[in-house]
Amino acid sequence: MLKRNLLAAAALATILVAAPALAQEKKTIAVSIPAATHGWTGGVVYHAQKAAEEINAAFPNIEVTVKTSPSAAAQVSALEDLTASGSLSALVILPFSSDELTGPVQSVSDAGTFITVVDRGLTDPEIQDLYVAGDNIAVGSTTAKFLVDNLGGKGDVVVLRGIPTVIDDERIQGFQEGLEGSDIKILDIQYANWNSDEAFSLMQDYLAKYPHIDAVWANDDDMLLGVLEAIEQSGRTEIKYALGGNGMKEIIEKVMAGDAMTPIETPYPPSMIKTAIYMTAAQFNGQAPVRGSVKLDAPLITKDNAEEYYFPDSPF
Amino acid sequence: MTDIAALPQREPFTQRINWVDIGPFIALAVLIIAGVIINPDFLSPTNVANVVTRSAFIAIIAVGATFVISSGGLDLSVGSMAAFVTGIMIMFMNAMVPSMGANAIIAGMALVLCVGALCGLFNGLIVTVGKIEPFIVTLGTMGIFRALITFMSDGGNIPIDRSLREPFRPVYYGNFIGIPIPIIVSIVVALIGAFILYKTKFGRRCAAVGANEDVARFSGISVGRIRTMAFVIQGICVAIAAICYVPRLGAATPTTGLLWELQVITAVVIGGTALRGGKGRIWGTIAGAVILEMIANLMVLSNFISEYLVAAVQGVIIIIAMLVQRFSKQP
Repeated sequence: MLKRNLLAAAALATILVAAPALAQEKKTIAVSIPAATHGWTGGVVYHAQKAAEEINAAFPNIEVTVKTSPSAAAQVSALEDLTASGSLSALVILPFSSDELTGPVQSVSDAGTFITVVDRGLTDPEIQDLYVAGDNIAVGSTTAKFLVDNLGGKGDVVVLRGIPTVIDDERIQGFQEGLEGSDIKILDIQYANWNSDEAFSLMQDYLAKYPHIDAVWANDDDMLLGVLEAIEQSGRTEIKYALGGNGMKEIIEKVMAGDAMTPIETPYPPSMIKTAIYMTAAQFNGQAPVRGSVKLDAPLITKDNAEEYYFPDSPF
Repeated sequence: MTDIAALPQREPFTQRINWVDIGPFIALAVLIIAGVIINPDFLSPTNVANVVTRSAFIAIIAVGATFVISSGGLDLSVGSMAAFVTGIMIMFMNAMVPSMGANAIIAGMALVLCVGALCGLFNGLIVTVGKIEPFIVTLGTMGIFRALITFMSDGGNIPIDRSLREPFRPVYYGNFIGIPIPIIVSIVVALIGAFILYKTKFGRRCAAVGANEDVARFSGISVGRIRTMAFVIQGICVAIAAICYVPRLGAATPTTGLLWELQVITAVVIGGTALRGGKGRIWGTIAGAVILEMIANLMVLSNFISEYLVAAVQGVIIIIAMLVQRFSKQP
C-alpha cells in the first residue's frame, strides 16, 4: 500500500514537473488516413500532406505528421505506434471502418489526446472532440434538384450506383427524395461498384435496353468517365445530361469549360481532411475552440465557382 | 488394324460428337434463346457487338490461362498484371509523344508485349525454379502488381496523352468489314492459341505435364521449361488484352482489371478445361468468356431481378452451365 502511494506520488511529481516544460514544447498533431487505393483516397492523401506542409511552415509551434495505412488492422497498429511516444496533442483520423477503430481511438482519447474524426464516424460519437464530414444525402439531392429544374420537371433517368455501403445508400436516398413531386422517372438503378469499366458496360446495356433516356446520374465521377465513353460510342443524341459526384478534377475541368452534357458537379471533396487538420490546428495555435460537428455541404458546382474546387496537382 | 480404323464409322452419330467439346456452345445457345425470350432487344446487332467486344479482354487473357491451367498451373495475378502493364504502356507512350508523335502507339505496343512476357516469365521462374505452388506465387505477384499500379498513379488515374486519344481509339471502337477490332484480335489470338496447343509439340507437352507430371518427366519432357513457357504465353496474352483495353477509357487506374483473374478462371473452366490440368480447350474458353459477359448483360436487360440479387443469379447460372456440361458428357 505504502509502495503504491509512493509510486503515485512519484508519478504526480513527474507530471507536475513535466507540465510547464510541455507547454513550451511543440504540439504534435498526428493524421491517420487510409493509403491511396482509388481516386478519392488518393485525394485524401494529397490534401493531408499539403495541409501538413502548410501548417508546419506557418506555425512553428505545431508539428503535423501524416501516416497512411493500407488496412484497418494496420491503422490500429499505426495508432499504437503514434501514441507510444506519449506526447500526442491531437489525432486527426479518417477511420478505415467504424467498428474496428472505435476501441483503439478510445484508448488514444483516454490518454488525453484531442480527437478529430473525419468522414466515417465511430460507433461511439462521445469519443470525438471534433467531427468533420461531407453530406452524402446532399450529393444526391443537389443533383436531383438540378435535373428537376433543367428537365422541366419531367423525363426519364438511369442511375449507376457504387458498392453497397452507407455512402452509396445515402446518395441514392437523397437523389430519390430530391425527385419527389416531379414527373422524373428513374428507369433503372444498378450497381457498377464505383468502377469506370463496369460503368461503361452498364451504360452500354442501359442504352440497349431503353430507346429514350433524358439524363444519366452516376453517383461517382470514376463511373461517369465510363458512362461518357459509352454515350459517345453509341452516337445517341437525346441524352441531355450525364452527371457525376465527388469532385474529380477531370470532371471539374469539364464544368469549367462549360461542357453541355456535364455542366455541373456536386462535391464530396477529399479536401475535407484538410479542413479538419486546419480546424484542429486552430484549437492549439490561436486558442479558437473548435469542439463540435461540422457537416460540409454539397453545393452545386457550376462554371462560376468551379475554381474553388479545382486542384490541378491532386491525383483526384 | 484395318478393323480398328474402320470402327468409328460404324458408331452412331451421337457418339462421334465430343460432348465435352461442344458443351460450352450448348450452354451459350441455351443462354441466347433465354435472352431473346427475356428481351427481344438482346439480339439487336448493337447489343451483340457490344457484349462480344466487351468479352474480348477476358477471352484473350483466358486463352493464355488455358495454357497455364492445362499445364497444371494457375495464375491469380492476371488482373493486377493487366493494370500494371497498362500503366507502364501509357506512361511510356506519353513520354514518347514529343519525339515520336502518333508512332508512340506502335512503340507502346511493342513495349507492353515485352513487359507482359517478362511479368509472365517472372511468375513462371518463381514457380518452376523456386518450386513454389503457383497459387501462392501468383497471389503474391497479384499484390505486387496491384500495389505498383497504385503507386504509379498515386491512387488516381494515369490518362493517355490527349494527342494519342484519337489515333488509338479505333483499336477498341473501330471495325473491319463490320466486325469490331477487339473481336478480330481475340479470334486471331484463339486461332494461334489453338494451333500451338493442338498442333505443336509444345502444346501436347503442356497437356502431358498437366495430366501427370511424373510420367511427363520420365518421358524426357522438361517440366519446368514447359510450365515457364505457359506463364510467358499468359503474360503476352495479358499484354494483348491491355493493348485493346487502353483505347477504351484511355486511362489506367488502381481499379483496372479488378477481379479479372476470377472471371478468367471461370471462363476457362466453363469452357471445359479441367482446373487440375490435362487437356485444354481454347474454343470452349472463348465461349466461356462470352457466356460470362452475356449473363451480366442479361441481368441488366431483364426487368425482374432485383439489383441486390444480380450476383446471386449470376452464380446460379454459372453453376447450371457447368451442370449442363457435366451431364452432356454421358449421352
